[in-house]
Amino acid sequence: MKCAVIMFPGSNCDIDCYHVLSEVLGQPAEYVFHKEKFGPGDFDLIVLPGGFSYGDYLRAGAIARFSPAMDSVLKAAEAGKLIIGICNGFQILLEAKLLPGAMKRNRDLKFHCHDVYLRVDNDETPFTRLYKKGEIIRLPIAHGEGNYYADVQTIEKLKAENRVVFTYCDRDGNVSDAANPNGSVENIAGIINEQGNILGMMPHPERSSEEILGNTDGKRLFESILRHIEGRTTYGR
Amino acid sequence: MAGREDAKKLGLADYEYDEIVKTLGREPNHLELGMYSVMWSEHCSYKNSKPVLKRFPTSGPRVLQGPGENAGIVDIGDNLAVVMKIESHNHPSAVEPYQGAATGVGGIIRDIFTMGARPVALLDSLRFGNPDEPRVKYLFGGVVSGIADYGNCMGIPTVGGEVYFDDSYRDNPLVNAMCVGIIRCDRIVRGKAAGVGNSVMLVGSATGRDGMHGASFASEELSEDSVAKRPSVQVGDPFTEKLLLEACLELLQNDWVVGVQDLGAAGLTSASCETAARAESGIELDVSLVPRREENMNPYEVMISESQERMLVIVEKGHEEDVRKIFEKWDLNAVKIGTVTADGMLRILENGTVVAEVPAKSLADGAPSIKRESRKPFYMEDIDIDLSSIEIPEDLNNVLLKLLSSPNIASKAWVYQQYDYTVRTDTVVPPGSDAAVLRIKGTKKGIALTTDCNGYYCFLDPYEGGKQAVAEAARNLVVSGAKPLAITDCLNFGNPEKPEVYYQFEKCVDGMAEAASFLGTPVISGNVSFYNETKDNAIYPTPVVGMVGLLEDVEKRCTMEFKKEGDVVVLLGDNTDELGGSVYLKEIIGLRGGRPPRLNLDVEKKVQDCCLKAIELGLIRSAHDVTEGGLSVALAESCIAGNIGFSGEIETEIRPDALLFGEGQSRIIMSLPEENLSLFQQLAKELDVNITVLGFVKSGNFKLEVKMKGQNVGKVDIPVDKLALSWGNAIKWKVEN
Repeated sequence: MKCAVIMFPGSNCDIDCYHVLSEVLGQPAEYVFHKEKFGPGDFDLIVLPGGFSYGDYLRAGAIARFSPAMDSVLKAAEAGKLIIGICNGFQILLEAKLLPGAMKRNRDLKFHCHDVYLRVDNDETPFTRLYKKGEIIRLPIAHGEGNYYADVQTIEKLKAENRVVFTYCDRDGNVSDAANPNGSVENIAGIINEQGNILGMMPHPERSSEEILGNTDGKRLFESILRHIEGRTTYGR
Repeated sequence: MAGREDAKKLGLADYEYDEIVKTLGREPNHLELGMYSVMWSEHCSYKNSKPVLKRFPTSGPRVLQGPGENAGIVDIGDNLAVVMKIESHNHPSAVEPYQGAATGVGGIIRDIFTMGARPVALLDSLRFGNPDEPRVKYLFGGVVSGIADYGNCMGIPTVGGEVYFDDSYRDNPLVNAMCVGIIRCDRIVRGKAAGVGNSVMLVGSATGRDGMHGASFASEELSEDSVAKRPSVQVGDPFTEKLLLEACLELLQNDWVVGVQDLGAAGLTSASCETAARAESGIELDVSLVPRREENMNPYEVMISESQERMLVIVEKGHEEDVRKIFEKWDLNAVKIGTVTADGMLRILENGTVVAEVPAKSLADGAPSIKRESRKPFYMEDIDIDLSSIEIPEDLNNVLLKLLSSPNIASKAWVYQQYDYTVRTDTVVPPGSDAAVLRIKGTKKGIALTTDCNGYYCFLDPYEGGKQAVAEAARNLVVSGAKPLAITDCLNFGNPEKPEVYYQFEKCVDGMAEAASFLGTPVISGNVSFYNETKDNAIYPTPVVGMVGLLEDVEKRCTMEFKKEGDVVVLLGDNTDELGGSVYLKEIIGLRGGRPPRLNLDVEKKVQDCCLKAIELGLIRSAHDVTEGGLSVALAESCIAGNIGFSGEIETEIRPDALLFGEGQSRIIMSLPEENLSLFQQLAKELDVNITVLGFVKSGNFKLEVKMKGQNVGKVDIPVDKLALSWGNAIKWKVEN
């Protein structure tokens, strides 16, 4: 599985994503600098990492979407390549209109860094096939603008098309206001596009992919992608 | 020319002015005088503290760089080293908490990557007044957001620190930021302008009028007029700093880089004269070449501006274009502004005309140092408290719950959850434990980090307080399984011109120096912050100790929470009847005073060695240091963190409140499987350390009985979730109400 990690100016989870792809999964990974372009067939997986692209001084992700590398990302998306945007990467995907909706500041106007529980709502995507629908997993969040918003029609459409992939919940799977860390509509933590090849999510699977970090719930996301790409049938959990 | 009166206005004393005239052999001009005034301010020159700082141990087999550079460096093997430094940003934070704290973080990060190291962790040691007061809430909230926004954007995890509240910090909060980096030993870069003819380049942000005279502002007491000095506070741009970080680390891969120095306090003046002084060379630079973001700036403004996110880079002649290319990639300026010379002068030109010319060494190191008068404060004669007059409270449960919800003991999650502490995926013990532990990718090693200081102890007894700050920092590392290696310190005090303040300063340093020597942890970098006082009220003497420790095998790290029902809980060290300086006396009984707990370094070292050995041998499952709130609070914290109870009893001759809430030193609580107990007892005996079995980890309540001669004389018995609620939400409730 050939992987690209896009480096926007201000990206800071690029090295963490690269580490998981190359060291934990043992896959060939490359950094792509924001001023570079690449071909739609160059990579199987493109990661838009977390961070503060261009300082996020305007709106998170608002400037990054104009990067030259984003042209190549758009073309790869059209070619059906897998794209995952994590945290700031999700925000960029929204700004680039590759996913519907927008991000607002967290409702308490504070940055939140802690673990959250998520319900896996769709286990049929290339990113989640090693999870089970309805399964409760734990991942860390670290963001100040993760308050997902979309109008009622969009939300209804996302739900009808089974495109909400992760939902904030409590330890027992209850989707409640208390379990919503940032005020996101319907506790939405991650969504996928219509074609099913672009995932955006606020929590950080790359920060929970190794035993030493006390949590490997995120690793299965990357393993799902690998299994999808390589079409393996006996890939273990 | 500028005379004596101008010098006074800039904060220079008569004898300092005379010294300048003597050095130059003439009167200085306005620009020269301005440069002297910032460089000879206390903040830049350490003129009040230098002789005393010499008392610290600063060398050791692992020390690669001691004080005097941008940061200290300590060897951790495998051709790797830890680079670290702590610095204050107290005064800016008192008038503009958000930017003050943010630029404090920005400055300390630059100190680390200036040396070629990748910054891997931040810690923040904070002190505020009573959080019930509206202005304190404003300062507290602003400082925390400032730190969060800067550190989070940089992608450097904020993994530890402290937050203390006491009225003594009401108008003069303390904001001390520490940064830690990792570097390959063969790639260390120093701040030297060596090699005549080499090019001096300014990289990073353009220069504006922000932060004018910030160094001088930091070197005077705060007053009602201080708010008018908000323009002295710099404005931070973490995005540019992130670019600067990446560009500099890329630059420093090249052998033709001679030296790098960040522009902090006193801006271009400081960076140019310090790099020249270190290399015994001179620098000639032309201010008209400096990229500006404001129009019509004169040489004076350019030379002392403290605009952030700038670096001075000295490269071998002929490599200017290589530098420019690297910085262009990161969309940053890189402009040659001058040349290294042989004559030892810092010569400032404007469009080719000389506008200032002074010996670089005299500017950087020439401030006459001052031995201040030192006098034991009167209050120290009168701090003893007669314990027999204090009635032991009947409801000890209530005391424990109150202590756990005291802001100085309660969970600091409200603070650290606003900091990104998981980025870089190295944080294997997150904030909230005794020390943070980071793995070092590509090796088996880990480092443990902490900051510590009990300013209240230092107020009551500066010498014991100084000793205790070092010992507690080391103990925090040891309970995490790390061997303490080195110290970076931030010495926060009042006005050194007052003999009582100077006494506190000297004695704290003496206590710290003694403990640092005894425990083998040299001081490799640091910062002194004086004049922390307002309206004649000095802060508690607060010498913050930042310490790093090494775990050869990070898998052997230890944490504080009780882990398994049935495990034996053991106290390492001895209980004492000391209550002086305790949170219990101050907040429950309402008495300020008493002598803070004594610290016997010999006992301390033995306790630490025993704990470290037990962790190395894999005998124990948890370890936690006993500090504020005493034994019962330490046990309760291990219960809360593990979400499991404890049941035990202690036979003693100590009065129950002193036993439960006294803060006697050199104590560690551990839990271990019962089958390891005899081996552990044997180890403790060999190492000459007393241990006491306190009880067992048990689901349900936290339950501890105190017995004297078999009679029950006191008892706490509380469900753990009730403890957790008091402890967990206290700060949030205070700040958000």
